[in-house]
Amino acid sequence: MSVDVQDRASVLPGRTRTLATRLGLRSLRDYGIVASFIALFVFLSVSTDKFLTTTNLLNILDQSAPIGIVAVGGTLVLIAGGLDLSVGAIYAFCGVIAAEAAGPLGVPGGLAAGVLCGLGLGALNGTLVTAGRINSFIGTLGSGIIFRGFALAITAGSIVAVDQVSFATLGTGEVLGVKYSIVVWAVFAGLVGLLLWRSRWGRYIYATGANPAAARLSGVRVGVVRASTFAISGLAAGLAGVIVASRVATGQADVGTGFELTAIAAIVVGGTSIQGGDGAVWRTIVGVLLLALIGNGLNLLNVSPTYQQIIQGAILLAAVGIDAWTRRGRA
Amino acid sequence: MGGLTAERPDPPIVELDAVDKRFGGAHALRGVDLAIEAGTVHALIGENGAGKSTAGKIVAGVHRPDGGCVRVAGRTVHFRSPRDAIAAGVTIVEQEISLVPTRSVVENVFLGMERTRWGLIGRRATERRFRELCDRAGFFVAPHALTGGLPIGQQQKVELLRALARDAKVIVMDEPTAALSADESTHLAEIVRALRARGTAIVFISHFLREVLEIADVVTVMRDGQVVRSGPACDETEANLVTAMLGRPLEAAFPTRTPPAHDAPIRLAVRHLSRGEAVRDVSFHVRAGEIVGLAGLVGSGRSEIARAIFGADGGAEGEVEIDGRRFAPQSPLQAKRRGLAFLPESRKDHGLLMSRPVAENMSLAHLDLVSPGGLVRHGQETRTLKTLARSVSLSTTRLRTPVMTLSGGNQQKAMFAKWLMRAPRTLIVDEPTRGVDVGAKRAIYDVIHGLARNGVAILLISSELEEILGLAHRVLVVGRGRIVAEIDGQEATEELIMRAAFGAEEVAVP
Repeated sequence: MSVDVQDRASVLPGRTRTLATRLGLRSLRDYGIVASFIALFVFLSVSTDKFLTTTNLLNILDQSAPIGIVAVGGTLVLIAGGLDLSVGAIYAFCGVIAAEAAGPLGVPGGLAAGVLCGLGLGALNGTLVTAGRINSFIGTLGSGIIFRGFALAITAGSIVAVDQVSFATLGTGEVLGVKYSIVVWAVFAGLVGLLLWRSRWGRYIYATGANPAAARLSGVRVGVVRASTFAISGLAAGLAGVIVASRVATGQADVGTGFELTAIAAIVVGGTSIQGGDGAVWRTIVGVLLLALIGNGLNLLNVSPTYQQIIQGAILLAAVGIDAWTRRGRA
Repeated sequence: MGGLTAERPDPPIVELDAVDKRFGGAHALRGVDLAIEAGTVHALIGENGAGKSTAGKIVAGVHRPDGGCVRVAGRTVHFRSPRDAIAAGVTIVEQEISLVPTRSVVENVFLGMERTRWGLIGRRATERRFRELCDRAGFFVAPHALTGGLPIGQQQKVELLRALARDAKVIVMDEPTAALSADESTHLAEIVRALRARGTAIVFISHFLREVLEIADVVTVMRDGQVVRSGPACDETEANLVTAMLGRPLEAAFPTRTPPAHDAPIRLAVRHLSRGEAVRDVSFHVRAGEIVGLAGLVGSGRSEIARAIFGADGGAEGEVEIDGRRFAPQSPLQAKRRGLAFLPESRKDHGLLMSRPVAENMSLAHLDLVSPGGLVRHGQETRTLKTLARSVSLSTTRLRTPVMTLSGGNQQKAMFAKWLMRAPRTLIVDEPTRGVDVGAKRAIYDVIHGLARNGVAILLISSELEEILGLAHRVLVVGRGRIVAEIDGQEATEELIMRAAFGAEEVAVP
């Protein structure tokens, strides 16, 4: 497909060429991800008999929910032109807080405390990278190390087990056969997606990522907008952390290492630009599911986990490559 | 080579033959023929958008022609990049200096041409090479100075040294004096003459006609992408060059001026505005319906004054009063809420979200009008924007395409539309027609003029004196961050303004 586009591009002269390149590559970038997803889905449905079963599909969704929630939050950060590397740590920290607080505050209180904690840490990140003027890559790298350090200090390195049986409800309960985690993911993604698409705040997020200087001169409070995306990203990480803590009824300081990178990979595979100013929540959902499908499919096809990593890495590079290529000659 | 010389004794060092170039929808060059002889200064003049810079960039391999061919010393060449051109002895010193500001002068001069021994750069050998180069050029720059810290004039010398280091036989200079003081310009002219005497051909792109007549051997006039005429500089006068450039009387390019009432209320008053070195104790006012032109050299502080009024950078001191209400300019948001609108100089850097749709750009500043309760009503937005687009004669069919696919003129119209969504009371426009084709210029002038007639106070910043002369009711000349002269629009001439602008620079140089 891409070879075809390039060949045509070199034959056509002048204006037509750039137009053809743009149309061809743009739609490749816009809908290539959907096409890949459908192709993989069909392929797995046909080639294995275990794939297209309700149990397997629901299982994939349940397994993807935590990373999916984190990635939805991270999408906002990326579109606004930032990067949040602390979500893995916030995820662990909030799980620990929820487990610790479930005793004194009761189960709902503990879960809420975990989620709010995520919001608070995210807001802290936001302040750091806007008012503190620290580059978000480094800022959240540093803050993430600190957050995880605190989580380790609180648990003294051991696992926090929760006695109350009801603590596990959020992570293991279901409604009409669908796990709560999936419902939470769907509602969160729907809400964030709607706000990004339709709200003034959403427009400001795109504007901030596309050209912060121009956004500021248009009267957009760029700092506040960027900080808010980090707050939502923290909230998402808190939500995911609490769900996972509830699933296993324990809080652990060492869960979610490398989580932030998986989330960013899913966002980018979905087609949200790493350079900011472009992207969508639905893309991230497709990105998360595509990576999950690949993992699941490779399992069903009995491919060793070692090769799964290699394939996932290659897909990430391909996604970023396509993004960079379609951007060439624009701007 | 021998065969060629036999046929034609002296082929020009660079030749453009029926060169065509398009940028998207804009036809930048149409069948341009150009012959540049070795050891001459060849001036390219014309209005903005006439194609002179494009022609220069094709000579230097920055752009590739869509049609026609380029010959160097009689041989057809196909430059794919400036690197190819450099290899053939053609370099360009662009309008925007392209040096690495954080590295030293020597490093910049020899960038990409480092001579190494076992992969290492010999410090002493490099310095010797640098001094030889300075001798050859006839001027000297401190080799270890940090390039970014040098004044513009010095940086330009670094660019020239770099061109010489690359053994350039042809140097294209795009508006080299636009950012220079009178002194520096004179000095540059000497350097150019020295280079010519050594056999280098200089393509000198400029719109300062007097300077062109002083320095050039051959003048080529361009208009709307075509060569209007080309001949020895000694046969030309400023007056007939202007006529050739414009192709029509100057007045016709502008709407008829309607002066504001003498007792019109003061919309914008600025008192003792200062910001660092760039803006120093600036005071002036603009009345309702008045267009005040802010003229001055590039780097004189014109744009900085505008940005300070709008609170774009923070740290400004002094007072701004809008419709009698005082405020200390701190943020664009504040200024916007008081009815101030600002169209910055660089659309790409400060004005537009290039990758986002036209519609999103147009509604960004006053999004609240179409998003009650924080949710954008798409239908209402589209209707509002269509009306707006029509009011600035912008096509309504491309609201959903990225703004970067529009021509410069349409991008500028989109910027105007953005600030007209809620009628501004005071409008500051910085270089409203930069990179805008001739046809769209008039449309933009009409918009500015129409706003003024409706009582908007307008502060117009422009490097194009014709624009200031054609539109402004009053002209303020800026030099070194201060207002150095105020001239009535009826009495203002290009010469008066330039004298005031350059005067300011010279007085300040000890």
